[in-house]
Amino acid sequence: MTARTGIRSFGAYLPRLRLERTAIAAATGWATGTRGNKARGVRSCCNWDEDSLTMAVEASRACLVGSDRSGVTWLAFASTTHPFADRSNAGVVATALSLPEALRAADVSGTLRAGTGALLQAFVQVRTTAGDALVVAAERRIAKPASEQEMSFGHGAAAIRVGTGDDIVAELLGSASLQDDFVDHYRASDSTFDYALEERWVRDEGYLKIVPRAIAAALADAGVAASAVKHLVIQGPGRFAAAIAKAAGIAADSLQDDLHLVCGDTGTAHPLLMLGAVLERAAAGDVILLASFGQGSDAIVLRATGRTPSSGRGLQGALAEGAPDREYLRFLSNCGVVDIDWGMRAERDNRTAHTVAWRKHRDVTGFIGGKCSQCGTVQFPKSRACVNPECRAFDTQVEHPLAESGGRVKTFTEDWLAVTRSPPHVYGNVALDAGANLFAEFADTPPGALAIGTPVRFVFRIKDVDRVRDFHRYFWKAAPVRT
Amino acid sequence: MATGIRDKVAIVGMGCSRFGERWDSGADDLMVEAFKEAVADAGVERDRIDAAWLGVFYQEQSTSKSGLPLAMALRLPNTPVTRVENLCATGTEALRGAAYAVAAGAVDIALAMGVEKLKDTGFSGLPERTRGTFDDLWHPGFTPPGAFAQLGAAYAARHGFAMDVVKRAMAHISWKSHENAASNPRAHLRNRITIEQALTAPMISYPLGTYDCCGVSDGAACAIVTTPEIAATLGKRDMVTIKALALAPSNGVEMGHASWDGSYTLTSRLAAQRAYCEAGITDPAAQIDLMEVHDCFSITELVLMEDLGFSAPGRAVHDVLDGRYDRDGAVPCQTDGGLKCFGHPVGASGLRMVYEIYTQLLGRAGERQLQAPTLGLTHNLGGIPNRNVASVSVLGLRKL
Repeated sequence: MTARTGIRSFGAYLPRLRLERTAIAAATGWATGTRGNKARGVRSCCNWDEDSLTMAVEASRACLVGSDRSGVTWLAFASTTHPFADRSNAGVVATALSLPEALRAADVSGTLRAGTGALLQAFVQVRTTAGDALVVAAERRIAKPASEQEMSFGHGAAAIRVGTGDDIVAELLGSASLQDDFVDHYRASDSTFDYALEERWVRDEGYLKIVPRAIAAALADAGVAASAVKHLVIQGPGRFAAAIAKAAGIAADSLQDDLHLVCGDTGTAHPLLMLGAVLERAAAGDVILLASFGQGSDAIVLRATGRTPSSGRGLQGALAEGAPDREYLRFLSNCGVVDIDWGMRAERDNRTAHTVAWRKHRDVTGFIGGKCSQCGTVQFPKSRACVNPECRAFDTQVEHPLAESGGRVKTFTEDWLAVTRSPPHVYGNVALDAGANLFAEFADTPPGALAIGTPVRFVFRIKDVDRVRDFHRYFWKAAPVRT
Repeated sequence: MATGIRDKVAIVGMGCSRFGERWDSGADDLMVEAFKEAVADAGVERDRIDAAWLGVFYQEQSTSKSGLPLAMALRLPNTPVTRVENLCATGTEALRGAAYAVAAGAVDIALAMGVEKLKDTGFSGLPERTRGTFDDLWHPGFTPPGAFAQLGAAYAARHGFAMDVVKRAMAHISWKSHENAASNPRAHLRNRITIEQALTAPMISYPLGTYDCCGVSDGAACAIVTTPEIAATLGKRDMVTIKALALAPSNGVEMGHASWDGSYTLTSRLAAQRAYCEAGITDPAAQIDLMEVHDCFSITELVLMEDLGFSAPGRAVHDVLDGRYDRDGAVPCQTDGGLKCFGHPVGASGLRMVYEIYTQLLGRAGERQLQAPTLGLTHNLGGIPNRNVASVSVLGLRKL
């Protein structure tokens, strides 16, 4: 009997900002008329320093909490909004996570089905090669102001670790994929915005004709009856899902909520995020069916083992970390849709010295400091001479990872003069629990959030943007731990 | 065994331009303005200067690299000029170079010039510059007020003060400097303010409001130094001699080690200890008559009162509020208005401080003259609290 293949752990990430849809309606009602009247709930929105890559790192960290990262030998990063078109985005994720160098890392894109596609490939991978596979899907889609997409989209990420053996959360029973060039919406390579087609046509000719066939094929592959499905995850608008369930012969009460009210549609990440919600509550033996949509459909049949999907942040945790927001114009600025005048100070050249960035890429991207093998002092950055005034030994430091270390605020300020796309710029000295001391920027920290001694954790964020050369670089920032 | 430079170097002439938003002047104009005053004061010909040190911080903004800007502006007769830069301690660094050359016997007469032309950026505050190719990758973006503001909450937490009490002491410091500058015709900001104005000003970087921040100014200041023996031949009877010039740069401990809690400036303490040792000072609070410290922000001056040994730990708030550092207090601080109101043309500031001590010691301070001071201190803190260069100088009056 071959080892069972399945999901080992799950992690989720949603940006902290949750824009209330009534705020969008209030700002755009003059243009949209009564369309905004049905605005309800919130949508998740990236801060200025977040993108699909930073969210992918955060979801992956949540997924990997308490597990051995050296066992990951394959990584796929699915998104239609990778920040780089030609530079491995998955490679940056891998470095940020300090995954082993012997790793196959790939970006998967081109369709909202990329998340489930990567997951299916991961199942194949772990059956044929030693080690686990990490699938992370993240999406930061930008919508035209006052569009339907602006209301329905959310930003978020989900990560799934796939492996073989008995310590899995859900076992793969079967799957099927259908390919069709059905264009419900599209976005050209050089475009910022989607072009979306009429919803009723998309429902009737797209979802209802394609998804039930994929589901039937997957159930056949798994040898499971439709009536046995306990949890049904359908990627796409929730209002289509009931009709799809009916067409597939699956009970309506198995449908997983589409998360529209709490975060919005997170694109390639969404089916995985919804699956995470199911994994958090599924009982041992429950059959789960996951179906995606995007120029065809992937359907995957799983059986829950009753194990907890992760000791890190799951979907419920990600939802709980939200802060309601009504700053519509800030949302547009964060999305890059409006260009706020940040003054002449913002004209400073932010060119990256790539030779230096390469020399230091493991330290900076992976947030790895040095630990003096003579006196034990942990420090960042790692340097030739120990920072401890009682030691100062040369060439004694060994790599010491800091990303997962918490810390406490030593000093801070809220700076209204410094250039940032989300004033005030908050920064200060942080004493890490690991022993290092760091002068750090803070992320997601509004005025009044900090005091001396406030506990913090570190998050992976965009550090600076070079608009002249279309480049941006990443580093770690402190964020207050909110209980 | 080194003996230091105590009383080996005399300042025989000083000059200081008017500080402010000098839209009418470039760095060369400002240097000429300060230099003409200094040579007249010293009574020496320009060509008798054997060597010169030029201090400029923002070379990209003010001048350009090298010693050339000074040699060109003054049309020196190909006199050797060394350009120095050590953040906000740049002016003092220029004086250190000139004084050491004299003390070593390498030259008879040396010039130290500091200049900065900041108001050609097109915006308020200091110019925005890269932090270096590696630091750009990880070091926070910051402004000077934001970096120094960090002292506020850390000091309050360390000594158990509510922030509004600390704010009140900070407001007193700024009020005092505005009062002092009102009688200084060369100061940038000569308006008087109320404590209430300082307390309610718009927030720049918590807890610093507008009046907690010094002026960003254009200006130049210079000193001509020689040996006391040559000074005597120039007819100088009362002369100001250098008692000590000390420097202490950070080595990374404050930013990178747990031993620093963010509530004080480590290098100021070290530089002060070295200067007091060189000058033979055992009780600065009793022996020093006046001081010009690096009050780039009010909170900096507050913590410096402890770092330099004038207030006991945790007592600076009370001492400031009691008026101990006011013009009529025990140890007047910033009698010329300080960086706060005289202004802060970075490269010139260290020499501007020496200029005020020199002027007071020689009894030439006019309306703001103190009663017969004999010993004064200057202090610079270049950089930011967790990574900086501190300098302390002690100057004394030598009567013949």
